[in-house]
Amino acid sequence: MGERPYKIVIGLEVHVQLLTESKLFCGCSTKFGAPPNTQTCPVCIGMPGVLPVMNRKAFELAVKTGLALNGEIARFSKWDRKNYYYPDLPKGYQISQYDLPICRGGYLDIPAEDGEGTRRIGIIRVHLEEDAGKSMHDEKAGRADSRIDLNRAGTPLLEIVTKPDLRSPTEAKTFLTELKLLLNYLEVSDCNMQEGSLRVDANINLHIPTDDGQYVATPIVEVKNMNSFRAVERALTYEAQRQYEAFLETGHKLGDVPKQTRGWDEDAQITRPQRSKEESSDYRYFPEPDLVPVTITEEELERIRATLGELPAEIRRRLQTTYQITAYDSDVIVNQGRAFVDYYCRLAQGCGDGKMAANWVQQDVLRTLNERQWTIAQFPVSADNLAELLRKVRGGELDTAKARMVFAEMVEQCCSAGEAIQRLGIVQVDEGELRRLCEELVAANPRVVAEVKAGKDKAIGSLVGQAKKRNPNINPARVKEICLELIQRQS
Amino acid sequence: MTSLDRFPFDRCASELLVALRVGHVTSEDLVQAALAQIEKYDPHVGAFLAVRGEKALDQAREIDRRRARGEKLGLLAGIPVAVKDNLCMEGEPTTCASRMLANFVPPYDATVVARLKAADAVIIGKTNLDEFAMGGSTETSAFQKTRNPWDLERIPGGSSGGAAACVAARMVPLSVGSDTGGSIRQPAALCGVTGLKPTYGRVSRYGLVAFASSLDQIGPLAQSVEDCALLLEVLAGHDPRDATSINRPVPPYRELVFQRPDAIKIGYVPEMLSDGVSPDVVRTMEETLNVFRSLGAEIREVALPHARYAVATYYIIACSEASSNLARYDGVHYGYRTDEKAMLAELAEERRRLQQEGNLAALDDLDTALVRLYRKTRAEGFGAEVKRRIMLGTYALSAGYYDAYYLKALKVRRLIRQDYDQAFERVDMILGPVTPAPAFRIGEKINDPLAMYLFDLFTVSANLAGIPALAFPAGLSTEGLPIGVQLQGPPLSEERLLQMGYLFQQVTDWHRRRPPLIENDRLLS
Amino acid sequence: MSLTRQEIEKVALLARLILTPEEVEEMTGQLGRVLEYMALLNEVDTEGVEPLAHAVEFANVFREDRVEKSLDREIALANAPHRDDECYLVPAVLGDV
Repeated sequence: MGERPYKIVIGLEVHVQLLTESKLFCGCSTKFGAPPNTQTCPVCIGMPGVLPVMNRKAFELAVKTGLALNGEIARFSKWDRKNYYYPDLPKGYQISQYDLPICRGGYLDIPAEDGEGTRRIGIIRVHLEEDAGKSMHDEKAGRADSRIDLNRAGTPLLEIVTKPDLRSPTEAKTFLTELKLLLNYLEVSDCNMQEGSLRVDANINLHIPTDDGQYVATPIVEVKNMNSFRAVERALTYEAQRQYEAFLETGHKLGDVPKQTRGWDEDAQITRPQRSKEESSDYRYFPEPDLVPVTITEEELERIRATLGELPAEIRRRLQTTYQITAYDSDVIVNQGRAFVDYYCRLAQGCGDGKMAANWVQQDVLRTLNERQWTIAQFPVSADNLAELLRKVRGGELDTAKARMVFAEMVEQCCSAGEAIQRLGIVQVDEGELRRLCEELVAANPRVVAEVKAGKDKAIGSLVGQAKKRNPNINPARVKEICLELIQRQS
Repeated sequence: MTSLDRFPFDRCASELLVALRVGHVTSEDLVQAALAQIEKYDPHVGAFLAVRGEKALDQAREIDRRRARGEKLGLLAGIPVAVKDNLCMEGEPTTCASRMLANFVPPYDATVVARLKAADAVIIGKTNLDEFAMGGSTETSAFQKTRNPWDLERIPGGSSGGAAACVAARMVPLSVGSDTGGSIRQPAALCGVTGLKPTYGRVSRYGLVAFASSLDQIGPLAQSVEDCALLLEVLAGHDPRDATSINRPVPPYRELVFQRPDAIKIGYVPEMLSDGVSPDVVRTMEETLNVFRSLGAEIREVALPHARYAVATYYIIACSEASSNLARYDGVHYGYRTDEKAMLAELAEERRRLQQEGNLAALDDLDTALVRLYRKTRAEGFGAEVKRRIMLGTYALSAGYYDAYYLKALKVRRLIRQDYDQAFERVDMILGPVTPAPAFRIGEKINDPLAMYLFDLFTVSANLAGIPALAFPAGLSTEGLPIGVQLQGPPLSEERLLQMGYLFQQVTDWHRRRPPLIENDRLLS
Repeated sequence: MSLTRQEIEKVALLARLILTPEEVEEMTGQLGRVLEYMALLNEVDTEGVEPLAHAVEFANVFREDRVEKSLDREIALANAPHRDDECYLVPAVLGDV
């Protein structure tokens, strides 16, 4: 990261769809991918006379999230109407939270860009609101109509607004990755941008240093329409540079011009000015008369807090200290989810070597899961069984190459290590037999022994080769060790 | 079939239920009688927007069959009932007397409609109202005027004008209306019938097309207090579909109404009987107080110091909520939509003109097709009063005005409620007028919205405070027009209000008087 | 408190209404008078008074997270003024992403 002639200031506004079965105010399903307008009812269509009733689980997931983000949960919160007109907003207002959101403040620690420690990204607020439907532009037969699908209307959304604490596009991407991991662990949301269960808008501007040691702030731009975490990074990278060039050209500072909205064009890889939503400035918020407020007691808060479970950051720390693995290793393991973490821990405990276990899960297990499109729950080799295999490798009974063959057999046959070894006909040569063989070879090869004593370590290879010929099941590394030991003892 | 009185619906619903039970009359007879009465008088009264004659007869016959088989039947089995046309009924047009919903057919029943069906009531038809329940005279209905059966040149009141008129004209014994600022009680008083606005939350609002969500309530209209009690019992109750509905058991109002309450203290506010109130109303109030005295009630003066701010408070809150509740009428998902082709052509023409003029600023500001679709749809679909209230509400909620209007009104609302809380520490209920004068002439106030709003001054407070209020006939003006009074009580005090109302109707007969139209069985010219 | 025509036009747009010049004229007068009347509330001392947004005192009304049957699509779209076989139709909302 070279020296930029400016500081980048980014704040994110993230919307995540909650993992509830039904919508926020009615019993329609929230399942993704249904044919248009097959998951609607009078309530989410906003027909005359209907009323909303709050989904308890959605509220609890919101509280859970606020707690996990270390925020302050409002003991009293209420609902408000945000009034605006759009065809995908059938009531002409969105039920949201304005002045008393469920959660204020909080933070999420993310890995620092330079790899040293963490950066604390502040959260301004978290609140619950309903999603709108979808409008699709249809160019069929040259007609310019938009098609409205209300399946999504009424889905529970959590809006998470960060402080403008992010200092680079990469950091923004890291934040989203970390947030997604956290919300996956909490079972709050899938955070799947492709399916639309996570949407993000960014507010970005620059602080450009002036000669007198101060800085000037450029106008804030809202960037929308980023469809992946990588797109976020690219869009903000582009936008920062664009803003700098614009500043050099126009000298516009924060406040000189109204806030702009720009959309990311994935094909052209640029941001373009966007016509802002009609009358976006006056939402005429007022308390929602159809919904009563929500109060939460200390006991209920504690009850919900107890359901958080261990969170990714804590797990990473624990794995590193308990099992002596690197930050990178712990990242990979934690990223795979709670079940995978549990598998790893059981494996590490079972085989007694955290690092070895980490290597095996990252390489062999993960590779197999990806190839076969399995989850860890579907993986046929239990942690206990794999631990048994790894213990054999540690104990020298199997070399790594053979162990991989055994592993493959265990995967195919869903059997234990011992069974796989038998099936493959791998005969384990016990330590005593191995020793006798080495003693024989050492005795029979005085010239090799002399060479080794003289410093030519490589010469030992010939003994290993002979040992293999005599018994293909020997562990070459072990043979080498024992022979060297015997030779050393001789002199 | 035993012969009925000329007007079967002179009898209480409870009497009719007995007659049905013992077989003196069938439900089919009652429905036929209702339809005949409607056919004769409704061309002049205009209470109904829709009459579902065939379906009602089918239903009636089915109930008769079930009765004959000895099956258990609901509380209102076989009784014809009318329902205000802002209550959704599955499969039937629910228009709210608006062009905007002229063709809207809901795919669901309002909870109260479902309860009526479960009680085996026979829904005869949907009654006329002020458009979207916004009005006090039923004159803003987009489809027809309803006329007061006591004087066809006068308003029946509103917004439940049709519901009140059809009971007064003896077309049905029971009807269901809605009351946001007096819309049950005021037409009841002006038409000489009894009507109740329950405690806010006592009756589910699910399926009531919303006007002002924190003020709307559904309630019964009938000729007698005991009938209102019966109908209330059927309508009331907790509804999981309405988060603001009260979760308490429904008392057996239909039985409790007959119980004599213990020593009752009735308050009244002397200021309400002063200038601005017609002498007929003042006289009726004084006579009513005397009747209650003679029934053993202790009469006390009380104060409601913030009552004079009630109309302003009400209209700000109601219009603000309404402006939001009516935002959904945009021609996209249901209801009226403007002629799109014509709209697009018009827009294109405007664009051409502005381009020719070189008016870049106006061109930039020009509506998009979507925005113009909304604007034209709503301008054409809504009537003038609805538009006025939407404008008022939008203004009151808009940036810069929210604190001065809406927030201020919510604070005064609390003070109004506190006034009642304090008064109810000294008395059990408050007696007061319903309107400052009897029914005025059709067309008299329609061009003066403020004057129309001020006619509500006695009714809006109960909605703001969320308390129950029972309106019943208590006299006639010198011109022979009905005058009603109302008893207001603390939240969930419906039983006592009904009991006192019933007692009053035991010793008076105002509620039995018939409009001359019916009395003389001829049409006044 | 008198309203200007510009304010009326602005509110009309916010409310998605379109008024004829006559209506603007009439509305400006009528609403102006009503708003003048509303100014009565300025007489009331509301210092320290909590707003009353709901007439009911309770809180915490929820429904359980259970899926209920949705409306059949044909029924859901039955009242739509303009539709194709799957969706509601409106003039294109261009310029939006």
